[in-house]
Amino acid sequence: MVKASELGILADPSKFTEPLELGGRPKDVLISLLEMMLVIRKVEECIADLILEKKVNCPCHLAIGQEAVAVGVSDNLTAEDKIFGGHRSHSHFLALGGSVSGLLAEVLGRSTGCSGGMGGSMHLFQPEKGFVGSAPIVGGTVPVAVGAGLACQKDGKGNIAVCYFGDGTVEEGMVQESFNFASRFKLPVLFVCENNFYSSHLDIHLRQPSDRISRFAEANHISSQIVDGNDVVKTALATRELVESIRGGNGPGFLEAVTYRWRGHVGPDENIDVGLRRKKEDLLAWKKRDPIRRLKDGMLQANMITNSDYCSVEDSVEQKINDSLEESLAAPFPEESFLLSAVYKSEKDLS
Amino acid sequence: MKMSYAQAIRSGFQYLLQKYPNVFVMGQGLWSPWYVGNSMNDLEVEFGKDRVMDTPVSEAACTGAGVGASLCGYRPIVVHPRMDFMVLAMDQIVNQAAKWSHMLGGESHPAVTVRGVINRGGEQGAQHSQALHAWFAHIPGLRVVMPATVKDARDLLISATLCDDPVVYIDDRWLYELEDDLPEIEEKKLSNQVPEILRSGKDVTLAGAGHSVQLCLEASQDLSEAGVECEVVDLRILNPLNVSPVVTSANKTGSLCVVDGGWETCGMAGEVIASVAEQMEPGSRNIRFKRITLANAPAPSSKVLEDIYYPTREKIVDAIRNWKN
Ligand SMILES: Cc1ncc(C[n+]2csc(CCOP(=O)(O)OP(=O)(O)O)c2C)c(N)n1
Repeated sequence: MVKASELGILADPSKFTEPLELGGRPKDVLISLLEMMLVIRKVEECIADLILEKKVNCPCHLAIGQEAVAVGVSDNLTAEDKIFGGHRSHSHFLALGGSVSGLLAEVLGRSTGCSGGMGGSMHLFQPEKGFVGSAPIVGGTVPVAVGAGLACQKDGKGNIAVCYFGDGTVEEGMVQESFNFASRFKLPVLFVCENNFYSSHLDIHLRQPSDRISRFAEANHISSQIVDGNDVVKTALATRELVESIRGGNGPGFLEAVTYRWRGHVGPDENIDVGLRRKKEDLLAWKKRDPIRRLKDGMLQANMITNSDYCSVEDSVEQKINDSLEESLAAPFPEESFLLSAVYKSEKDLS
Repeated sequence: MKMSYAQAIRSGFQYLLQKYPNVFVMGQGLWSPWYVGNSMNDLEVEFGKDRVMDTPVSEAACTGAGVGASLCGYRPIVVHPRMDFMVLAMDQIVNQAAKWSHMLGGESHPAVTVRGVINRGGEQGAQHSQALHAWFAHIPGLRVVMPATVKDARDLLISATLCDDPVVYIDDRWLYELEDDLPEIEEKKLSNQVPEILRSGKDVTLAGAGHSVQLCLEASQDLSEAGVECEVVDLRILNPLNVSPVVTSANKTGSLCVVDGGWETCGMAGEVIASVAEQMEPGSRNIRFKRITLANAPAPSSKVLEDIYYPTREKIVDAIRNWKN
């Protein structure tokens, strides 16, 4: 018995498959959004291959199909903002301009990885781009992001904290506490929920009475927007409204971006069989709501790009990834002494 | 009949669910074919989804619900597919379940079992690798069991569930493939269980719990070939801790090495050694002590560091050889 969706047509994969409306965004901006989504897609496809080749062994949660969320959100952020992720954060990291070779080296366990090879896929770090860190305990970085928001508020420079999480994450108590806390102190925090309807193998109707996660924002008097998270233009626009208000000192905001992951919970497979109700037909339908194809079609339709322009963007992205991969595969593994020297800061001072 | 450690856990659940209508199980991933290895496969098909409940990502609520139901006549088993996630349920385990009997005058006992799975290796990193048994063993009011053998994987689960006190049952994914013959089930009172000597020897006593015991047994084989005979003690239960078989053994061998997949500081190995030292009869022989534990760091991800991080059979062999020379 599947309950009716409170998200309505946003949850219906047969909808929103048309070429994107471009919202009057200029060509160069749209091209960079397109390019960034392609970077994410192709880096993650590259990681999927590396897993199959057994070159990458750490658990990797891929966000293929969800690229538009991070790209649309990041369109409104600066390197001074404080951004946090969870277990599925390659896209969050890359969308801020996180280093491709830093990510590839990290999942390969190399010392040149963005976390020095200590973390793997689930622990990413590049503060100079605004990415303060990601960690896979579900919900664990939400209170931390709220604290970063508190620091931003004290600094008074108009910077904000951002926390990405999934629909499953709101089931943790500390996340609910964080919503209330951020609201009570009017903290500059943007909560970004990527609602992909799944928490590992369980779909949302097997876990919650409603599939509309922003009900928790409403309960805590946090202003919220629900968008088609596979529409990068609308996601960027909704984020802009929320971020303007947050930077203006009006307290936290909540973006619910409705999307779908094309691969399984962890690893490269599509995992049709593992989700108790994840069906091949659903996946195929959602693939038709492809965020990249829709933007590309929108731009083609508006005569902003030609097919060959698209191909050359694709080629240059692939070239960049291949170069980064080569560099990362040649990088050394961490020194044994790093095991102990990274535990405390003062140890590092000594060495 | 030969069974794996994981199948033995499953047969423990099956026995309990079949025989006791007031037993039920809840936790994350219980309807998934891979969350807890193959240690609970299809139990929900056999016993129904109302007795084998897959839950939202809410460790605290799920554990607390187990405590509450246990106060009202049920014997719930709460499953945390990874011990790291169980940390989010710490209040319910430490402040509620462990204290309930004592703080309310000793008349009411939460007969809940909390299963935590140690799941390490595979470059999973710092938040997906921990073995926190020593934390729980620190808490009066909790009983803590750590099966090291196929038989205990099944039988300690049954004893834990039938025990009227809150029990933390800790199993280890690195043991799931271990195979052994299993006798018929005999219900045994948890409070009567004692450590077991799994191998006898005259030169060195090796003691541990859970996966470490298997490492000790493997190392003993290598050491035996090198002429060092080890006695291996499986502690089985960390709280209440009974070290008398270790005392007897150490008195015989004169050397005690405790192996633990947890950290050293305020850890299990130190506790066992301190208890043994205290319980030595005055005038008994001098014992040499050693512990082999995790490096004093969170789990790294990169394979090269993982390889030096965990206690291994080789580390035990080297340590004992150097020690004995
Ligand atoms: C505290 C904790 N409990 C359980 C897990 C296991 N786990 C990892 S990801 C995940 C699902 C989270 O779902 P959601 O928040 O919707 O994110 P998605 O995977 O869909 O991106 C779970 C249950 C964990 N990492 N941490």
